Amino acid sequence: MNDLRDLYQDMIFDHYRQPRNYGQLENANHKAEGYNPLCGDKVSLTLTLKDGVIHDLKFEGSGCAISTASASLMTEALKGKTAEEALSMLEDFKALVTGASVAKDMGKLTVLAGVQAFPQRVKCATLAWHTLQAALKSSTEPVTTE
Amino acid sequence: MKMGEFHMNKHGGTSDTSTVESEITNHLLVQHWRKDFPILHTSLYGKPLVYFDNAATTQKPSIVIEAENHYYRHTNANVHRGIHTLSQQATEVFESARGKLRQLINARHDHEIIFVRGTTEAINLVAQSYGRSRFKAGDEIIISAMEHHSNIVPWQMLCQQTGAILRVVPVSDAGELDINVYQSLLNKKTKLVSISHVSNTLGSINPVKTIINYAHAKHVPVLLDGAQAIAHIPVDVQDLDCDFYAFSGHKLYGPTGIGVLYGKADLLDEMPPYQGGGDMISSVSFEATTYNKLPYKFEAGTPNIAGAVGIGTAVDYLSAIGLDAIVKHEDSLLNYATELMTNIPELRIIGNARHKTGIISYVMAGVHPHDIGTFLDRQAIAVRTGHHCTMPLMERFGVPATVRISFALYNTKNEIDKLVSAIYQARELFK
Repeated sequence: MNDLRDLYQDMIFDHYRQPRNYGQLENANHKAEGYNPLCGDKVSLTLTLKDGVIHDLKFEGSGCAISTASASLMTEALKGKTAEEALSMLEDFKALVTGASVAKDMGKLTVLAGVQAFPQRVKCATLAWHTLQAALKSSTEPVTTE
Repeated sequence: MKMGEFHMNKHGGTSDTSTVESEITNHLLVQHWRKDFPILHTSLYGKPLVYFDNAATTQKPSIVIEAENHYYRHTNANVHRGIHTLSQQATEVFESARGKLRQLINARHDHEIIFVRGTTEAINLVAQSYGRSRFKAGDEIIISAMEHHSNIVPWQMLCQQTGAILRVVPVSDAGELDINVYQSLLNKKTKLVSISHVSNTLGSINPVKTIINYAHAKHVPVLLDGAQAIAHIPVDVQDLDCDFYAFSGHKLYGPTGIGVLYGKADLLDEMPPYQGGGDMISSVSFEATTYNKLPYKFEAGTPNIAGAVGIGTAVDYLSAIGLDAIVKHEDSLLNYATELMTNIPELRIIGNARHKTGIISYVMAGVHPHDIGTFLDRQAIAVRTGHHCTMPLMERFGVPATVRISFALYNTKNEIDKLVSAIYQARELFK
């Protein structure tokens, strides 16, 4: 049960029940859809990128506690970051949830480190981040975790 | 044995002597069956395994595991070709397995039993051999909204190849096929009906005899996807009068990688081979090749001989227990679990057909199936979460995914109690 508590920390529940930056940005200039065919999780991400900086971003979708909380935490962490920084955070985040070593302090995102003990749930945690990558490239094709 | 394990009064049942006696007999019987399955005696996270993912694959009894082992240790050789003793013995055990499968489904002839990899390959065989050689643009194939992807995609591929069109029988809120719509879909252009005998997601037992009667009245052949029926209800292909019947070994306590396509001999005879290679020919020259007779025409290449031995042994096992006893036990599990789960607040069972096998799909307000799956897993309770390869059906019920519990002969009411208690705990955690 301990690894379950590590996975489902209070902050995860908080962001699952009250996701931050939920909805769609009307003036977005980048967007992408993400889909995890394994569990049916869907996320839609809209963001405004100006001079290489993410000014604002929102997400919408249906998903499990892990994917929803991860998307919510991601939107908080990325505001004001450059696209380059965001992509580098994506790599750090993947390393965090897969259990590879992480040199940098990832702030609140560290709460998702519990996913390490649940390899089947890594895709839930990374769905929003993969969608971010697609949004930054502004690809219109839905991305999937497969 | 603790009396608490019998749960007589929990679901409002009477505790008169005969009920108690029958519960005790049933309990002893299931405990006896459980001894046959080594994996049921393993633990996960310090707890005994509760395996409720039987619709995905059933566990294997020792007798099946040992039969494959024995085959490789003592009999292994290629079939239908050697003059040497081992090859003859291998051929005998392989063909004897075919005979056991014929008996299981009461086919007329052994050569109506085609060994394939599983249900998926069986359906693809019919699509690519029967369908591709006969269907043309505008022809229609009827399936249903509750089909597994393996009974959707092969037909979509065939439609792309031939210009045929897919027609879909809708599913009611209770999870039953709309037979009136089905009747209205049958017309002169209909070339085949392909329907699941039992739904893998809802557990609904479809009225396949009626479906077949209506189709045959219009001279339309019917394929039944029997993957979820074969180990849970008696199947008699002559009584059903179905034209094709497909199922997998691993869902009837046998090994993976082996399954059966049953087809009526006259239909199979008219169909072109599905794959070319060894064993499916009578003679080969560069000018012309003569195909072998049934069933070998459809069994190109060295078959899964050990798998056939395994599935044959699984049929022996199933027959020794008897499907009637299995139906009775799994029905009692279904009723018991349905009653307890219906009482859990905010839990919604998807699929309440009047005739069901031991499959319960459900969703819970505020808790995603994936989170429930992880929670149950850490209690050593194995369930399936997701769309169960029935994405159109998920769309029909407006859910992205469900949690699915599916029973086999070795499950107990005590295990259901553990599950229900874990669902209550999950509800607390995610509140």
